[in-house]
Amino acid sequence: MNLALQTIINKIHLRERLNFDEALELYQKGDFYQLGRLAHKVRLQKHPEPIVSYVVDRNINYSNVCICGCRFCAFYRSPGHPEAYVLTREELTRKIEETLNLGGTQILMQGGHHPDLALAFYEDMLSFIKSRFPIHIHSFSPPEIVHFAKLEKISLAEVISRLRAAGLDSIPGGGAEILVDSVRKRVSPNKCSATEWLQVMEEAHRQGLRTTATMMFGHEEELQHRVEHLFALRDLQDRTEGFTAFIPWPFQPSNTAIKKSSETPIAYLRLLALSRVVLDNFDNIQASWVTMGPKVAQVALYFGANDFGSTMIEENVVAAAGVHFRLSKREIRRLIHDAGFRARQRTMTYEWVEAIDECTRAMAS
Amino acid sequence: MGSDYGFYQDLGLGDIYGKVQAGQRLDMVDGLKLFACRDILAVGALAHEVRTRLHDKAAYYVMNQHINYSNICVNGCRFCAFGKEQGDPLAFELSVPRILEKIKERGDSHITEVHIVGGCHPDLPLSYYESLLREIKTLRPSITIKAFTAVEIDHFAQKEGTSIRDVLLRLKSAGLDMLPGGGAEIFSPRVRTMLCPNKTTGEDWLKIVREAHRLGIRTNATMLYGHVETPEERLEHLVALRELQDETSGFLCFIPLPFQTANSGLTGVEPTTGMADLKTMAVSRLMLDNFPHLKAYWIMLTVKLAQVALHFGADDFDGTVIEEKIGHMAGAQSEQALTRSELERIIREGGFEPVERNSFFERVD
Repeated sequence: MNLALQTIINKIHLRERLNFDEALELYQKGDFYQLGRLAHKVRLQKHPEPIVSYVVDRNINYSNVCICGCRFCAFYRSPGHPEAYVLTREELTRKIEETLNLGGTQILMQGGHHPDLALAFYEDMLSFIKSRFPIHIHSFSPPEIVHFAKLEKISLAEVISRLRAAGLDSIPGGGAEILVDSVRKRVSPNKCSATEWLQVMEEAHRQGLRTTATMMFGHEEELQHRVEHLFALRDLQDRTEGFTAFIPWPFQPSNTAIKKSSETPIAYLRLLALSRVVLDNFDNIQASWVTMGPKVAQVALYFGANDFGSTMIEENVVAAAGVHFRLSKREIRRLIHDAGFRARQRTMTYEWVEAIDECTRAMAS
Repeated sequence: MGSDYGFYQDLGLGDIYGKVQAGQRLDMVDGLKLFACRDILAVGALAHEVRTRLHDKAAYYVMNQHINYSNICVNGCRFCAFGKEQGDPLAFELSVPRILEKIKERGDSHITEVHIVGGCHPDLPLSYYESLLREIKTLRPSITIKAFTAVEIDHFAQKEGTSIRDVLLRLKSAGLDMLPGGGAEIFSPRVRTMLCPNKTTGEDWLKIVREAHRLGIRTNATMLYGHVETPEERLEHLVALRELQDETSGFLCFIPLPFQTANSGLTGVEPTTGMADLKTMAVSRLMLDNFPHLKAYWIMLTVKLAQVALHFGADDFDGTVIEEKIGHMAGAQSEQALTRSELERIIREGGFEPVERNSFFERVD
């Protein structure tokens, strides 16, 4: 093993923070088992209990109408397209009732950048839901917030505070893609910049909203851009401590304008492990069974992930790109137990929904 | 790697670690400890070390075509979704000219192996199989024919009222080059009574393969796991194969096959998990010290997990596999075929070097 790599590994064992060059060196030179073991060690330091959490929720896409035209997206439709839609209140109600009936605690609600809907539309939607249902609303990724601010010609802070007043509980970390502007200009030229994405999150955290952070990798970025992305998140988290979790997943190319093969599981596991090691101020890392399938998602639990993500009662965006994995809550629990962990349902903010004895009993049976 | 002794000692695997370092054979008790170990990376890293010692970074694949001559079968195994009774609307049998058509359909594409298996057909005489082999060899003199599991050979002998040796000699002179490893399932009489009471016994499977090896016909070996068998029964299966290999050196490759639950006659059996698949691969690599190759059969494992399995003891990715029926009728979620460039990309991105091989694991240039 080269000396530089050994020095980096020793630093991780001593719980010291990696700098950018060290992280890149580890990513490029560390082998599969080195990365996995380091990530699992860090994961066990953060979460010594052998528990893997998951959340019961549903993705609700209020509209697929979008004026962004990102090249990696298979979900959006232009305004006026025959397949364009905006969900009605009835559809929204039915989806939320189903979620609650299945033991769901939250909805992840996102949509395209609709050119005509005013901020009041979203405020009304939030109040409508909150007045009827006891459910956590995890909604509007930073690009949507930036879109609302531009449309209304008001500040990000004002958009966030109005949505929050209307019932918004937290913000999902979508639309981060790769937080490097040279990459964003190529793959999503009409979407918010890396700086704007981070500004939304910083403002949300300042106003007391927790958020997640994502990374969609494997399109037109270089390896070092992925590492830059992790450092941008780590720096912001140092200031705010507002991120609850990091969720990376590989770009899915079917039906998109980017012609390239998807990243393989080994590339995914390596990136996941690097994330766990670099993001020393993030409590939780989620596995992406939606893109990787249940078998590889189990392996991810040994590459830094301590969370199995969501049951995803409904998912439309990855499915539009040709990947259709489906797992029930029962199956998610079985996979977690089989991998040697206790499964425990959580909320968005990682509070436990079920008592510990319930999850222990389920494991014994 | 020597510095890992403490790590393995903490897991109760210190002695096994020592044996693997020294290249000593593992026994049943070692195998049970490995199956019981929760840390998949600990078990995987040992298997990867052995795999690397044998093959360095090479990962093999073959350009092959699968042909199922008939699904009509008298055995009625409970785990099988492929076999049908004569007269069933889904039953089929292909004439020799139809099979030749299928081979011709591949045109000039570069194929080095044709893999032919089918049900234990009640009527087809041995002359049908002899003529099939002869005609294929006439059409494609340079192609390797890997055909007929030990179970089919047993069936031919009974139907023809002749010896196993006679059947093998006749097929060999008609053009048979090699036997695939199927029909082994789990050798344990307890399991076979439950799953496949009409099939060749484990003892007879081994006798037939021994006879083939004596006649200079190389074979593979399989194990169907993830149904009703215990870890002890898996290990007994592996040890039986290891003993026969000590005697004959006739096996080329071992192929662990995860049981596919959909459309089978077994209820209450859950699909195998990624953990079970990788653990079985790794323990097999560690137990079968006299087997040169282990296959990650992507048809059954999924392409994604098969790539990961290259780090858990597997060195072979099987092939391009055109028109696979047995796994897919049982609900296998994998693709029907992979192109050569896709196969090579997956291997390379996994950190290995793709090497095209023939049926006998010789490099093809």
